[in-house]
Amino acid sequence: MTGIAPHREYTDRLAAGEVPFQTCDRCHAAVFYPRVICPVCGAVELSWSQSAGLGTVYSVSVLSPREGPPYTVVLVDLDEGFRVMSTVVEVPAEDVRIGARVRGRVGQDGPSGPRVVFTVDEEGRG
Amino acid sequence: MSGPELRGAAAIVGVAESDLGEVGPDRYAIELAAQASAAALAEAGLSTRDVDGLFCAIAGRGMAPLDMAEYLGVRPRYTDGTMVGGSSFVSHLHHAALAIASGACEVALIAYGSTARSDSGRGRLSTGPPELPSYEAAYRPRMPVTGYALAAARHMHQYGTTRTHLAEVAVAARRWARLNPKAFVRDPLTIQDVLDSRVISSPLSKLDCCLVTDGGGAVVVTGAERARDLPRPPVYLLGAGEAHRHRSISQMPDLTVTAATESSARAYAMAKLGPGDVDVVQLYDAFTINTILFLEDLGFCAKGEGGDFVSGGRIAPGGALPVNTNGGGLSYCHPGMYGIFPLIEATRQIRGEAGGRQQPDVTIALAHGNGGQLSSQVTAILGGRESL
Repeated sequence: MTGIAPHREYTDRLAAGEVPFQTCDRCHAAVFYPRVICPVCGAVELSWSQSAGLGTVYSVSVLSPREGPPYTVVLVDLDEGFRVMSTVVEVPAEDVRIGARVRGRVGQDGPSGPRVVFTVDEEGRG
Repeated sequence: MSGPELRGAAAIVGVAESDLGEVGPDRYAIELAAQASAAALAEAGLSTRDVDGLFCAIAGRGMAPLDMAEYLGVRPRYTDGTMVGGSSFVSHLHHAALAIASGACEVALIAYGSTARSDSGRGRLSTGPPELPSYEAAYRPRMPVTGYALAAARHMHQYGTTRTHLAEVAVAARRWARLNPKAFVRDPLTIQDVLDSRVISSPLSKLDCCLVTDGGGAVVVTGAERARDLPRPPVYLLGAGEAHRHRSISQMPDLTVTAATESSARAYAMAKLGPGDVDVVQLYDAFTINTILFLEDLGFCAKGEGGDFVSGGRIAPGGALPVNTNGGGLSYCHPGMYGIFPLIEATRQIRGEAGGRQQPDVTIALAHGNGGQLSSQVTAILGGRESL
């Protein structure tokens, strides 16, 4: 059940270490960000799923703040069929490439609590 | 269902800017909108007492049409506060034509003002809470530039577009601005200057980004019949189209293709014209990638060929296709929601009033607005008397 407060459900699942997303019970579309209605078919029955976290970098931008190290903002296409904004960590920001295979996990270092971050997937490194 | 026959039913009869650039700490957005409104109405031979349709959007003001009507002393019988970001005013033009054609109003005033530049120095920036939780903010994108940077990076990856291609857009805009006395920056600019400027959100550098200025604008629209009796040559709305697909950049299906493909198709169909008929193009260049994306999506070149298309000065003064002849958001003026200025410049080019940047024999102009993060796309095709 989606319940009536999808954002709360999302943050609870995130806090428990999941990479959560929804799927539509009717058309089976992957849905992100969390909603109370399917943006593909309009059904209101959505179920929570846990992503395996594997995906591909769709686009990347590097930001270099005056204070602190450069960081990436990426769009990642998860294998389950949804896209998220995130960041790729543990490699120099300039080395993150479009098309790279990445693996998501919950990082605790976000500016506002837990967030999904990605690392380059070793098997997909090429 | 077929709507009213819109092609040529309504015409722009007055346009004006307010003071532009940096107006200082003691002036307010609504004052600039009102200043532009007064000038546009005067040019049209009309006054606030003639206005019975009001179309208005001001960033941060949820009831901008009410603010504006009260301020001007206008009591509209038709009001439209459509707020889709920078494309709002092209959308207002479309809606005004529909309202006029259906008899809902007779004289429509479209108005905009902003003190974005002066606000930054006096703590007047609004920081209201977002309407929905953000699924992007935790990653610290610098919006709006990062959204457009992600689109640029993807276009470069997919089509081999280069930073030099992007720089060509900035240089062309600057060369036009050097012909416009009202432009905010008029210093010479080279490709190398753009490539050497500080990267803000890769691949976009400071000189790939629009200005932050103050400024306002107004456009007066009325029916074709009444327009004939007014002082300035009418500039007819021949076609208009709107489309949007998303709000946040992470929800945009394909970052290399904007909804301008749909908005322009609708506008061309209504106008019974195509890109080959367009004499000048005025489009919303918030960032250099916009010009490339929109020239592709408006049909001036094939998808992926925008980088080569803008190269060699093709969209600069003397080039084959004049684009953003006022200098655009990159070099002329960008108060945050630029979409009213393409309408103003398109009108002036058709009237032959663009001074040192006037293009010869302009009959058809295309004005294109962009709102949000490549989100809302609105296309208008305007023409002089010969186009009817």
